[in-house]
Amino acid sequence: MAEALSQRRAAGFAPEAPVELHVNGRRHRLHLDARVTLLDALRDSLGLTGTKKGCDQGTCGACTVHADGRRVLSCLTLAAQCEGREVTTIEGLTAPDGGPHPLQESFVRHDAFQCGYCTPGQIMSAAALLEEGRADSDEDVREFMSGNLCRCGAYTNIVAAVRDVAAAGGADASV
Amino acid sequence: MLPFEYARVTGVDEAVNLLAADPSASYLAGGTTQLDLMKDGVLGPERLVDITRLPLRGVTRDADGLHIGALTTMEELAADPVVAGELPVVREALLLGASAQLRNMATIGGNLLQRARCRYFRDPTVPDCNKREPGSGCAAVRNTARMHAILGVSERCIALHASDLAVALVALDAVVRLHGTSGSRSVPLTQFYREAGTSPDVENVLLHGELITGVTIPPLPAEAATGYLKVRDRASYEFALASAAVVLVMRDDVIAQARVGLGGIGSKPWRSLEAEQVLTGAAASGEIFREAAAAAVQGAWTVPGTAFKVELAQRTLVRALRNVSGGAR
Ligand SMILES: Cc1cc2nc3c(=O)[nH]c(=O)nc-3n(C[C@H](O)[C@H](O)[C@H](O)COP(=O)(O)OP(=O)(O)OC[C@H]3O[C@@H](n4cnc5c(N)ncnc54)[C@H](O)[C@@H]3O)c2cc1C
Ligand code: FES
Ligand code: FES
Repeated sequence: MAEALSQRRAAGFAPEAPVELHVNGRRHRLHLDARVTLLDALRDSLGLTGTKKGCDQGTCGACTVHADGRRVLSCLTLAAQCEGREVTTIEGLTAPDGGPHPLQESFVRHDAFQCGYCTPGQIMSAAALLEEGRADSDEDVREFMSGNLCRCGAYTNIVAAVRDVAAAGGADASV
Repeated sequence: MLPFEYARVTGVDEAVNLLAADPSASYLAGGTTQLDLMKDGVLGPERLVDITRLPLRGVTRDADGLHIGALTTMEELAADPVVAGELPVVREALLLGASAQLRNMATIGGNLLQRARCRYFRDPTVPDCNKREPGSGCAAVRNTARMHAILGVSERCIALHASDLAVALVALDAVVRLHGTSGSRSVPLTQFYREAGTSPDVENVLLHGELITGVTIPPLPAEAATGYLKVRDRASYEFALASAAVVLVMRDDVIAQARVGLGGIGSKPWRSLEAEQVLTGAAASGEIFREAAAAAVQGAWTVPGTAFKVELAQRTLVRALRNVSGGAR
């Protein structure tokens, strides 16, 4: 029993702890309850409210961010799990010249949203989709973006917006 | 979510020792089942051991087959060149599951241990769930059921094991590697899971603290053809109503070897030796495929909401056999 306790202590179990997050190229030192998800840390502790909370259960995609370049759901990721990972949110997504990302401009041009609540998640997911090379057809875009739901039903225009950027050569294109 | 303590480990033995000594601790991998169920109030461990940084990631191959580290993600495994080139059944089962975001998080070990999608299991305000509260009954048999199982079930529990990957892996005779405080052992995946039976709360043979370190897929005969077919309520991003994983070795028109896994219908990822028996040595034909499918669903136990699955599962298997045998029979 005593051994188990000292083992636990040595492992560093804690109900709250300092967490260092790297978000959009900046370091942040936070002190967080172990329950805090990456989503809540971004929104409530760092004020980065671009990332949206839809279902908070991994089903809607509104909370999509990149961790080490891969798209993930920030609502089912603990903030503590992201220590040492590079996190990118919609606020950190830019074109190589620092301006708006081609996807952001394409979404505006194609009117690819109505209420806009799902949009940051859609754009983060689409940016990863382009990197993965999965935007070669409308079917692929639909299939590999199926984890991003849009309650307003803007799907047709979302697909068009993504395909436009893909056709122009992806994220590096100046559309 | 109830409060818990968190720690990250970097060594396999450290992880195993911590958990074995602590009945109220759980492993945390991708978190897509674990955190989801903690948010729902179904799970409430006092401690979470984050295993995502353990050196159990990646795929290697030798004469014994393909060795998959337990912390490899679903997307990583789908992208592996051997899987992409030689094991379409695995690649399809992976890419037809969940979403790209979830597949970037979800690990292979976690996928095998995902919990039932039964809505009554996932709702702690429902008092009767033998899986959550042994002896309390089963709300699903009396209420609306659809995403539920028809094989390996009874009035005690009709929850479904919803992994797509595991269905492909049972058809491939995959072996799970486990590590615990008293050493390592290997268990064929077909013997890893338990049918709902009298204790639906016990889903597999894993001991508390034992860690899945990896999965091995033994080599297939060079002429083997494989495929996975998934039938569901939506075109994408949905669990299977019925699915079939098929491995066939054809000699001209004759089925020399057949292995069949069925999903969306079992309390565990279902291997159908009954279907295989009908197929093996027979000439491939629509008739023999239907006979095999009928054999596969013998013993189905249904409630009104799941009765349609008896027919659907058979049609799914027939279509999968047709696809993989390469004939428009
Ligand atoms: C919206 C949604 C849709 C989904 N759709 C599908 C689908 O269509 N098809 C499908 O197959 N799956 C689907 N899933 C399930 C998903 O694939 C699983 O949740 C995932 O694979 C679990 O892996 P994880 O790494 O996130 O595990 P975690 O959630 O971290 O862990 C799951 C369980 O396994 C234990 N565990 C994890 N790793 C190990 C290990 N190495 N050794 C011992 N114990 C371990 C944990 O303690 C926990 O109890 C879906 C999930 C969601 C949320
Ligand atoms: S808020 Fe994360 S998936 Fe819906
Ligand atoms: S624009 Fe409203 S949810 Fe997508």
